[in-house]
Parts: sequence; C-alpha cells; structure tokens
Amino acid sequence: MKCDRCPKVATLHVTEIEKGQTQELHLCEECAQKYMVTASPEPVSSANPAGMSESELEELERLVCPHCKLTFREFRSQGRLGCPQCYTAFRDELVPLLENIHGDTQHVGKFPRRAPVDSRKRYELVRLRNELQAAVAEESYEQAAKLRDQIQSLEHESADAGEA
Amino acid sequence: MELNDLVPRRGEWLRGTGSDSDIVMSSRIRLARNLAQFPFLNRADDSVRSEIERTLRRHLNELSLGGPRSYLDVSHLERLDRQFLVERQLISRELSESHGSRGVCFTEGENISLMVNEEDHLRIQVLHSGFDLDSCWQQINRIDDLLEERVTYAFSEELGYLTACPTNVGTGIRVSVLLHLPALVMTGEVKKVFQALQKINLAVRGLYGEGTQAMGDFYQISNQITLGKSEEKLIRSLKDVIPNIILYERKVRSALVKDNRAELHDKISRAYGLLRSAQSISSQETMDLLSSVRMGVNLGFIDDLSIPTVNELFIHTQPAHLQKLRKTTLDSADRNAARAGYLRHRLSPPAQGDKN
Repeated sequence: MKCDRCPKVATLHVTEIEKGQTQELHLCEECAQKYMVTASPEPVSSANPAGMSESELEELERLVCPHCKLTFREFRSQGRLGCPQCYTAFRDELVPLLENIHGDTQHVGKFPRRAPVDSRKRYELVRLRNELQAAVAEESYEQAAKLRDQIQSLEHESADAGEA
Repeated sequence: MELNDLVPRRGEWLRGTGSDSDIVMSSRIRLARNLAQFPFLNRADDSVRSEIERTLRRHLNELSLGGPRSYLDVSHLERLDRQFLVERQLISRELSESHGSRGVCFTEGENISLMVNEEDHLRIQVLHSGFDLDSCWQQINRIDDLLEERVTYAFSEELGYLTACPTNVGTGIRVSVLLHLPALVMTGEVKKVFQALQKINLAVRGLYGEGTQAMGDFYQISNQITLGKSEEKLIRSLKDVIPNIILYERKVRSALVKDNRAELHDKISRAYGLLRSAQSISSQETMDLLSSVRMGVNLGFIDDLSIPTVNELFIHTQPAHLQKLRKTTLDSADRNAARAGYLRHRLSPPAQGDKN
C-alpha cells in the first residue's frame, strides 16, 4: 500500500477518530513520524514540515542542543530527540508538545532508588499532593485523610533535616 | 538455548491459561529506559551503538531473571530468524528491521524479554497469559530495580525517565492487553468500543503492535499517556476498563448464540471445515478462520479442539514459523500450500489434532 502523503510504501496504519468520524491513514515511516510530532490532520510537504514561514524555520534551525548538536528542526522532522540533554535544551519548545501529548508536564511515577534522598522526598511530596487532590475530587475522604497525614509527616521530616 | 529450540515450543502468551483467557490472550508491560551517559540512538554512531550494546549485554547476562536466559545478537541473525522472533513477540518489528548493533535477551519461558538498541537503549518487556497485569508489573518493576543498581538511567525529576521520543517520557511504560473480540467485530459493535477507549486516552492496535492492522480479530489495548500519572494509576486505568470490554464481548456472543444460533454454528463449522481441507491458504485467511474456530471452541460448538492448540496454530501458521517448522525457505505460493498441509495434519482427523 502507498503512503497517503508521499510515493513510499505505507508501513503505519492509523485510525483517527474525530467527532465520532473515523478516518483511515496509511503512512510510511517518515511521514508517520511527522504525523506523530505535528499531529496535523492536513497533508504537509516535506520541505516545510509544519506549514511554517521561512523565518520560523530558520529559527528552528538555530535552536541546537549544545550536547549532541541536534537542531530542533531535525527533531521536528524525525520525531526523535538526540540525547537526554535535549529535554533541557528544547525545554520551552517541548513543554507545549508534552502538554498536548500527555496533558501534563510533571512526572509522578517511579523514581530511581539511586537518586539523592532530598530530591526523592521533594518528589514524593509532589506525588502525594497530587493524589490528595485527586482523592478530594473523588470525595474519598478516608483516603484523603491518610494522604494528608503522610504529607505532614514528610514535611516535618524535611523541616527537621533542614534544622540539623 | 538456541533460537531453533524455540520452534516447537508454545511460549508464554500462547499458553491459553489465566484469568479470562477465553477473551484475553495476554497481558504485557514494557518499560523504555536509556543510559544517562550515552546519546539516544539517532545521535549514536556505530561505535557508540556497539558500546551501548556491549554495556547492556554484560549487565543483562549477569542479571537474576529467575531462570536461564538467552542473548541473541540480532544484527547477526538472518531475516527469517528475526521475523520468527517478531511473530513470537520476543522482539518488535522496529528492532528486527533496524540496523547496527542490537540484541535481545529473553528467558526460557519467553515471558521476559529485554531489547537492546531499539528506539531506546533498553526496552524491558514482561508478558503473561490471560488478564494478569499485576504479575507483569511486579516482575518488571523488580527487573528494573535490579538493573538500576547497575546502571544510571537518564532521568529528570521533572520529566521522569527520558526517552528518545517524547511520547514515552515520564514512566516510559506501555501497559497493554491483547484481546480476542470476534463477536464485537462480527456485529460492528467494536467501533463503539474503540471510540469510547479513545476518549479515555487508550490506544487500540493490531496483533503485532504499532502500525499493524487487526488480524484474526485480535486487538491490543494500551495506554497512550506516560507522563503525569503513576505506573499504578496507568495500570489501574486498563484494569478498570478491560472487564467492561470482556463483558461486552460475552454479552454479544450470548446474543448471537440466542438469536442467530444456526447462522453462527454454520459460520464456525465452515471455518473449521475449510481449515481442515484447504489445499492452499494465506496467512490472513487462516487468521480469520482460526478466529471463528477459537470462538467456536469457547462457545462449545467445537468439542474436539483445545484453546492452547488453536493459539498455537495462530503462531505456527505465520510465515516465518511455517518456514522454520519446514526447515526451509518458501515463496508465498509454496507457503500457502505448506500452511494448508500443516493445518490439515494438525486438524484432521480430529483425534490427531489435539494430542497435547
């Protein structure tokens, strides 16, 4: 099967659902990556990935990760970052993208055990406060009370450590 | 254990046991991880790729995985062998088709596999038969902890585990359940299910994951979001919704049996008959017919065949498996004839079909 956006062979098959209407999309690897990054429903030409003006594209070209030298424009066309430091280098550009994909920009999951105790605690507090918010929203007050106690004891611990 | 030792085996996800295994084929969790000191793979030249592969291979070979494991250097495998591993769900199509240093480490039971230099440096996967996400998470979390004692993962307090593609950042987790939904497909109800899933940010994919069309009425349901929710919460979202889909499929099956019994019985019997007598048959047609047969066994219309055998036929009739079983490479026409021969041998006369 041919890619819907270029002459190559389609390897990815997407079923898009919008307003209850389903639409089939058949894309080659390259177009699919662009599709996933831009999530643009309109076909785009390869020379101009996101329908941007020449000056906007130059802007993207100037954004470079100092560590691996990937430009933001390369990321836009490949859909892959070059190194862990890219997340810092392109932070301002990535935040709206992450919001779009995940609806959030703060990790609240597993934390490596080898991380410094301090940052683990801070992180644990973020997680517990989020859970507390959710528990209150769901009106699970018993759970909320438990979480509040956990938060308080963790805050005390941090305060004690600060004084020492 | 050599690759060829796998050929006659069934593998974990085809065992056909576990909770709700009439509808849930398997439960799977994968974690995407990268080593902090290396660039991601699209910025890694050949020598860096090899170094990542060597580093991870050394650690994986020393890791306690609760039993014997094998490590295969995928870059040195023939195309047929790579395809064979894809069909068994031990590696992804991406790992099979990419280039340069890469490998896979998997356990004898085939329920743990660790891919090196796929889209990320490391992809850990745990697979269980039936609906059993808790065991998957327990097991994969332990493996991840053990690895983390040896290597430093790319991680940030804000964004969690850093991955090559921002769609995986945060937990790096993909929780998925492989469902067999023939009745929902037959009645067209499946569309409603997909629309509902989309609304709660769950993705629907075909049997072999990203980009594959549904074959044999198999669908993988998985989380799309990886950032901003804990692993437990993401697992919970699947654990909450899957029982509803199972219930829906069962309801529609019962309605079909009640209202269209003769028609359904005919369809299933014809499918079984075709599989037992065809002289040439494509992989796609085999999958579709086996799907009807599988439902027929579950509904009691077929009583001389077991689910594990049907599950095994799904995999053994895939192109690479067929060729590995025949110990030769075959073109498409020869494969169709060989597939039909294999099915006739396994399915008729009935007594021979279900020895195991």
